[in-house]
Amino acid sequence: MSSILAPGALTRRDVLKAGAAGTGLILAVSLAGCTKPGSAGGERKPVSMNAWLRIGTDNSITFLCDRSEMGQGVYTALPTLLAEELGVDPRRIAIEFAPAGEAYRNSLIGAQVTGGSTSVRDAWKQLRLAGAQAREMLKSAAARKWDTTANACRVENGVIISPYGKRLTFGAVAEAAAALPVPQGVALKDAEEFQWIGKPLARLDTPAKVDGSATFGIDVKLPGMLHAALAQPPMLGGKVRRLDDTAAKGMPGVRHVVSTSSGVAVVADSWWQARKARDALRIEWDGSATAALNDGSILRGLKQASSGAGLVARQVGDADAALESARRVVRAEYQLPLLAHATLEPQVCTADVRAGACDLYIPTQSQGAAQAAAAAAAGLKPGQVNVHTTFLGGGFGRRLEVDVIGAAVEASKEAGKPVKLLWTREDDMTHDAYRPPAWDTAAAGFDGDGRLVAWKLHLTGPSITARVFPGAIPAGSVDPFCVEAAANFPYDVPNILVDWVRHEVGLDVGYWRSVSHALNCFVAESFMDELAYAAGKDPAGFRRALLAKQPRYLEVLEVALRRAGHDKPAEGRFQGIAVMEGYDTFMAQVAEISIADGKVKVHRIVCAVDCGQAVNPDIITAQVESSVIFGLSAALWGEINVQGGRVQQTNFHDYRVLRLDEVPAIETHLVSSDNPPGGIGEPATALVAPAVCNAIFAATKQRLRSLPIARHKLA
Amino acid sequence: MLTINVNGTDRSVDVDPDTPLLWVLRDSVGLTGTKYGCGMALCGACTVHLDGQPIRSCTTTVGSIGTGKVTTIEGLSPDRSHPVQRAWIELDVPQCGYCQSGQIMSATALLAKTPKPTDAEIDTAMSGNICRCGTYQRIRAAIHRASEIAGEKP
Repeated sequence: MSSILAPGALTRRDVLKAGAAGTGLILAVSLAGCTKPGSAGGERKPVSMNAWLRIGTDNSITFLCDRSEMGQGVYTALPTLLAEELGVDPRRIAIEFAPAGEAYRNSLIGAQVTGGSTSVRDAWKQLRLAGAQAREMLKSAAARKWDTTANACRVENGVIISPYGKRLTFGAVAEAAAALPVPQGVALKDAEEFQWIGKPLARLDTPAKVDGSATFGIDVKLPGMLHAALAQPPMLGGKVRRLDDTAAKGMPGVRHVVSTSSGVAVVADSWWQARKARDALRIEWDGSATAALNDGSILRGLKQASSGAGLVARQVGDADAALESARRVVRAEYQLPLLAHATLEPQVCTADVRAGACDLYIPTQSQGAAQAAAAAAAGLKPGQVNVHTTFLGGGFGRRLEVDVIGAAVEASKEAGKPVKLLWTREDDMTHDAYRPPAWDTAAAGFDGDGRLVAWKLHLTGPSITARVFPGAIPAGSVDPFCVEAAANFPYDVPNILVDWVRHEVGLDVGYWRSVSHALNCFVAESFMDELAYAAGKDPAGFRRALLAKQPRYLEVLEVALRRAGHDKPAEGRFQGIAVMEGYDTFMAQVAEISIADGKVKVHRIVCAVDCGQAVNPDIITAQVESSVIFGLSAALWGEINVQGGRVQQTNFHDYRVLRLDEVPAIETHLVSSDNPPGGIGEPATALVAPAVCNAIFAATKQRLRSLPIARHKLA
Repeated sequence: MLTINVNGTDRSVDVDPDTPLLWVLRDSVGLTGTKYGCGMALCGACTVHLDGQPIRSCTTTVGSIGTGKVTTIEGLSPDRSHPVQRAWIELDVPQCGYCQSGQIMSATALLAKTPKPTDAEIDTAMSGNICRCGTYQRIRAAIHRASEIAGEKP
């Protein structure tokens, strides 16, 4: 597993450099509500042990959380990793969100990013090592005071104990410890020694999330802060042709009307005043750039591009020749729609631009990109922008985008005060970076003995990564984030070809929970189901036979089938299967459905998971439940339509998501594993659509080759 | 100037009477536990109690509430001791947490009226609250658990 964007893991030198340089920043970013009560504020003489760990002389311990908490649990899992080696109860640790900094680069992505289900995978060695090194430094400092050796001392919940039972707290020796060289070659604990990793531990952010005290982006309050609402073009890529702000400027509370890089911002004393005045702006928009863009043109473009040659993502044998000589060939075409993220907290950003500096308070998944965007808008250097990350009211990839920042910074600069810019739900729904659409063709061949001898998947769609990380996908190379759950085709077939045609569709597409896994798993696992029936075999047995050399796939498949009672579904119930590996996690799902009045009812989703070493089993289970529901909303109803460059959906009445009375029972079964941790925030999202559609086929013999399911009349 | 009663305290607020209660609570009173999600009473993130009844504060104008008593998440208990908050903690319900103030306010209103709700009653009371993280399964379990906690002898 190597970095996609910048090969090479973080070096210790980077860490130490940033750790030292970061201290000033760290002290500046304490944000009310982002930390646990009574932590940072009461900390005396904080000592930086490394980029993530600060120990006060009063024995307070603070973890600088360098990944964003958007529900997936890093606020609990990451300090657990550090605490395990440091030798302290994770619940004793205060948590602050880290600033932007090179020390916090995600080595699996190459930037300070929370995404790609990488947080625990990336931190697994790094944070445990940081904890172990700090522990050894603390032990050494204590040992010097006692005139003994570090090896003779031990650590027990934040206290160093000498061979003769003398005790010193971490805080008592932190200053001396931080001056020692960072020890090399520190051994990490074996799994059987874990005290916290893999054990039940309640989420550390729950208390603040049941009493309204957790600070999200929308909750930021600064002295003298003004509020802004933004009039954005109603069509994608629109521009202001003419603005009449006379009426708006005369409305109560309105201080400024600012023409920004992404629309017209109204700045007022309260957000409601800004919002009302925004709606009183008279703007003539130039929508010529996307006037011809609509669902039909997008699909036609994809189909046309699909007729061209693809870039090879995976090749085994000669699939084309094998198809040519096959006894029987099965072909199918699949289509997937645009989707919105619809984080429940709309996009929001607070900027405080002053001479030579800018503070940015934002629920972001991408601190470095946020810093760069603010710097560009403010006319500053990135180092002059302090990024303060709040809790995120949902992420799902949406907050890897930095599109809310420019206007907030420009409005603050003009107003000379801190400005909180909040989008409305309608702004958010109509100005998303949408999950890409896809048009894919699949072909497979059986030989005279009925064996599957050729598998060919020809994918067509736009590249998110080429836009978000310019230069990361050189022309002529495959975007790895477009061929997930396709290039790693696991079934034992002698001739495989997976290729991809890049085709931009005329609007910004973005990373959406599980990215291309959700596109390609639908195609691959639906088509596998088609092939099972074509071969006259049951879908479980067909997959099982072709996964004989894939023990981790096979195990999760067997567990899911057994737990679902796949042999004998109840009367009137039908089951469908999907399997996938993504983010180093192996997964199988069985969906159980019934059909009534032309509609599907999903009763139950059984998910078997092998995500390697579990760090927090309950959070893993919660993430599976979360992902299943996210994927099921999309499978059933998710669809963004574009007409004349305008996104048609605006709010939750026409972009439907699952509600409490609509959710199936979700059963998660963890398969124990001593492999390193796999990612868990996303993969379960991708298996739901194929599992449910395969169950629909079992019930109706209707093969759904496009989503959402609501588009299809079932009988 | 309008006077509204929030969490047992009278508050004077200088806003237009047509301002939604949500924005008065957040920007004028400074209670930000109540969230904005949709502005159309579709998602329930802004749920508060008005005289004990759950309402959507994003579509309720401040001028319409008169002398009604408003309770927000901050007024539920001083120390997270309300049975619903205790159950939410026990079952680790929240993920991102953004919708949870609204979920908790809907759940507390349900339990106040129906101390031992059935699943069908939970469906009816909670279907107006969207959770994008999909914590629904735990919300249902936590409501049942809160019902037990509330029924326990002190």
